[in-house]
Amino acid sequence: MSQWHSIGEFFAMGGYGFYVWGSYLVTFGFIIAEIFLVRKQRRDVRKQIARLARLNDKVDET
Amino acid sequence: MAKSQTWLYFSSPKTFYPLAGKLIPWFTALAIVLTVIGLYMGFFVAPTDYKQGDSYRIIFIHVAAAWMSMFIYAVMAGYAVIGLVWNVKLSEMMASSLAPTGAIFTFLALWTGALWGRPTWGAYWVWDARLTSELILLFLYIGYMALQSAIDDPRRASRASALLAIVGVINLPIIYFSVRWWNTLHQGASVSPEMAPKMAADMKTTMMVMVFAFWMYAIAIVLARVRTLILEREKNTAWVVELLEAKQ
Repeated sequence: MSQWHSIGEFFAMGGYGFYVWGSYLVTFGFIIAEIFLVRKQRRDVRKQIARLARLNDKVDET
Repeated sequence: MAKSQTWLYFSSPKTFYPLAGKLIPWFTALAIVLTVIGLYMGFFVAPTDYKQGDSYRIIFIHVAAAWMSMFIYAVMAGYAVIGLVWNVKLSEMMASSLAPTGAIFTFLALWTGALWGRPTWGAYWVWDARLTSELILLFLYIGYMALQSAIDDPRRASRASALLAIVGVINLPIIYFSVRWWNTLHQGASVSPEMAPKMAADMKTTMMVMVFAFWMYAIAIVLARVRTLILEREKNTAWVVELLEAKQ
């Protein structure tokens, strides 16, 4: 580990830990949240279309 | 198929859907690899700044998010124009898929900028030309998405929001040149094509790695979102029904 002599020093980030980790955690938090939202949206749309297809099949039968 | 039609081949939702599906894993892998490299370099290779200490490490994601926020808006406006002028459905869907990711990057640019500004300038927020025009960009994105969801018919919604996106393009040069025109608090461009490097080499390389990582991520997430939009807007077509039945 080049310039960090200990884990504690790494998280302290030269005294700017709050700002640096506040930036990085929120940034990657948003990115991960966006991934989940896109996947959820995809699941919901597929379910909705499947339901529509079943509905149409039922209508065709009657 | 005639030569001129080949590039048109992928402009229909039906043919673009599987193509996007094949591309997503590649861009995802690239994004992950570049992010890991960028983070390692950002924290373990790039030296501590003699003046700012370690707070400057925020630059790697701040600049990446800011560049992406402007770049995505330009691409979004481009697709909006194509959708508006030539009535290309897929372009409209691409424009709609870009907006959320662009808005997130704009917010992150403002957020990381604020957290970097506090220790460096002494304030989270200043009504500085660059910050204010970036905030306007965030409102443009939100306005675009709001306008789009306010109109039921997707085609009319895309047309209306395309007009907003096109008008908003004027904001991009304002953001870029704001630091020079108004010369308020935000520093000038440290990295620009015509200028000699003003940053230490490995700091700049790390930043570029993160920029590309965010770019690859943006492509992957937007392609994933557009595939869902395609299914949604084409749900009455035969190919979608067959596709989903095959998957059942």
